[in-house]
Amino acid sequence: MKMKLATMAVTAVMAAAPAMADLVFPSLSYRTGPYAAGGIPFADGYADYFTLLNERDGGIGGVPTRLLECETGYNTEKGVECYESTKGEGALVYQPLSTGITYQLIPKTTADGIPMHTMGYGRTSAANGKVFSHTFNYPGTYWNGASGAVNYLLAENGGDLNGHKIALVYHNSAYGKEPIRTLEELQKKHGFELSLLPVDHPGQEQKSQWLQIRREKPDTVLMWGWGVMNQVAIQEAANIRFPMENFIGIWWSGAEHDVLSAGDKANGYKALTFHNVGRDFPIFADIQKYVVDTGKAAGAGDQIGNVLYNRGMYAAMLAAEAAKTAQEIHGTADITAAQMRDGMEALEITEEKMAGLGMPNFGPSFSVSCENHGGPGLVGVTQWDAANQTWSLISEFAETDMEVIGALIAEDSGSYASENNIAERCN
Amino acid sequence: MFYREAGDFKTSYASDNQTFPIKIDRRGYYVALAFAFCVVPFVINDYWANAIFLPFLIYSIAAIGLNILVGYCGQVSLGTGGFMAVGAYACYKLMTAFPEVNIFFHVILSGGITAFVCVLFGLPSLRIKGFYLAVATLAAQFFLVWLFNRVPWFYNYSASGQINAPERTVFSIPVTGPNTEAWATYLFCLVFLVLSALIARNMTRGMAGRKWMAIRDMDIAAEIIGVNPMKAKMTAFGASGFFIGISGALFFALYLGAVEVGEAFGINKSFLVLFMIIIGGLGSIFGSFAGAAFLVLLPVVLKVVGVDMLGWPTDIVAHLQLVIVGGLIVLFLILEPHGLAQLWRVTKQKLRLWPFPH
Repeated sequence: MKMKLATMAVTAVMAAAPAMADLVFPSLSYRTGPYAAGGIPFADGYADYFTLLNERDGGIGGVPTRLLECETGYNTEKGVECYESTKGEGALVYQPLSTGITYQLIPKTTADGIPMHTMGYGRTSAANGKVFSHTFNYPGTYWNGASGAVNYLLAENGGDLNGHKIALVYHNSAYGKEPIRTLEELQKKHGFELSLLPVDHPGQEQKSQWLQIRREKPDTVLMWGWGVMNQVAIQEAANIRFPMENFIGIWWSGAEHDVLSAGDKANGYKALTFHNVGRDFPIFADIQKYVVDTGKAAGAGDQIGNVLYNRGMYAAMLAAEAAKTAQEIHGTADITAAQMRDGMEALEITEEKMAGLGMPNFGPSFSVSCENHGGPGLVGVTQWDAANQTWSLISEFAETDMEVIGALIAEDSGSYASENNIAERCN
Repeated sequence: MFYREAGDFKTSYASDNQTFPIKIDRRGYYVALAFAFCVVPFVINDYWANAIFLPFLIYSIAAIGLNILVGYCGQVSLGTGGFMAVGAYACYKLMTAFPEVNIFFHVILSGGITAFVCVLFGLPSLRIKGFYLAVATLAAQFFLVWLFNRVPWFYNYSASGQINAPERTVFSIPVTGPNTEAWATYLFCLVFLVLSALIARNMTRGMAGRKWMAIRDMDIAAEIIGVNPMKAKMTAFGASGFFIGISGALFFALYLGAVEVGEAFGINKSFLVLFMIIIGGLGSIFGSFAGAAFLVLLPVVLKVVGVDMLGWPTDIVAHLQLVIVGGLIVLFLILEPHGLAQLWRVTKQKLRLWPFPH
């Protein structure tokens, strides 16, 4: 009887504990609207990883995590509302998965002292930690992506791109415009011809752009697309019989749902990536056991192992590792947003760490520093196999042209600093 | 019993002509003003300001502007989003070009610039009416968004094409930028809303408003009794553009802080403001407030009830919200075509007789 009472007391305390202390991770997701196809798998992966941590390890460092999901619909106004409604709950880190919302939240999160992680999106020059104290975009940025694509083309064409024609099909927004400056710099350096083809939101109407591509016959088409725009572009490329192996998308334009609708015609389409693809990792066994089989999978549970699911999981893993680092630095399990920021700045991802988490060779090894919030910027290329319906990595994660990118980051962050009177940190 | 005008004697034309001729209305108005100015700023926090009050105040100004054009003058416009963008970009250019001038004047000037642009795009209204005018203003919407995306001068050649509001102060208290206090932005918008509503109300019940309404009701008859249609329509476009420009400037500088034209000022914005005045009531200043409050509050309330209280998945709630807003618009058009303002008028009529109707 006594024993029973004691266990009951313990379980009661255990059950009550989460209410007292938990690590809050807001997820500004979008499961509705023209960008939902990309938003859903990412949000599912992000949620499932935290569920896994709670179910398997009892949270991070013994403190359970709590995911606060808020629907933004990729809309900046709703993003602001979501931010305001979740920040009071002790949010540790924001990952808005929208470049527009990111631009809005950079000054707000800095003023409120909450870190923001924009993994492979957002404002590229936030990689300069001297200016952007609370914004992180490791392990890679759009400019790494642009340079990675050009480097890949250089390797394909024997190191010479003189006279090579590249067309950039981009979402006509802050997101799609990000790579232009870098590509223009690289154009000067490598001598290729660049033509720009903007596609307006949401991107369902691309007839004229692809007509122009048919007329100009570029050697390569690069795409900075998101949401419904990707599917339409790949379909249109198939319609004009553009060779798919010369069509390269950024990492937001290379998921299963983007290529499936074009069927066999999408075979050979390429996309950049900064993490590994597929389900061939031990962690998926754990996700099956602790998340799916217990009925706790987020959403419909049908996205597991997809490219964007993996990316959401990777984002959650980096956030959890940063939280662990913060717990070690500050010697407390129940960290605050400010401590989380220190953890993100001291984050070190090694191959052993990833292997220990059941994600061997999932992403690059890197470490974040006060000056560099952008990580190493290693870019790989994946290719779609329509017969097996799988993406596979066809190149190593390669270095990008940091000479060009570094100068651009210094220039852009410098102008942000002078506009907003920000003194440089890390000195 | 409580709501009646018996014993409320008017001894001068001025008192007979005032906006709120009934004493209890007048008192209610002063109480609401006092509450908005003296109580809310002390209790407001970031969430209330950014999720409810700022959008409500700013959309109210936009709705007043559009109501002048559509509700009072009968000129259908689908260009509200584009005109708000003009206000926003004008404010941005002014803020960055003349940082030493107070933001208060920048906002007013942005309204003036938008009024000019609005008159320009209103010129076709002299020749075309109804659906055709709606299409012409729709063209303005698309043209303006395209222009601000296409010409880098408007966004100061920034790499991303976004415009960001730098920090500006009023009486050395920041009202734009990240380091603002909730009460400061709230009060700044409130001052603009109260001034806009006062001006709009007095314009619409004065000579200008009567001319607009004459044009709205029957333009040929109006012309015959001596209303100059060109002047009436152009002043309506100008006044409307002025308020919409102010709201666009506030929307960018105070509320969002960073704006991307296609996303923030797209065709959806035009429809949203149009829904506001249709639900609120065409040709009514009160209706502009009611419609803005309704469409700003409804999603927030649905979200709080659905996600926070009932724990439903966020996507279901987001979809439900579309269904409910759409359903309500249809319902309103069928049951009360004159909107919330008419409901309020009917309630007042009933209240005057209550509890002894004939």
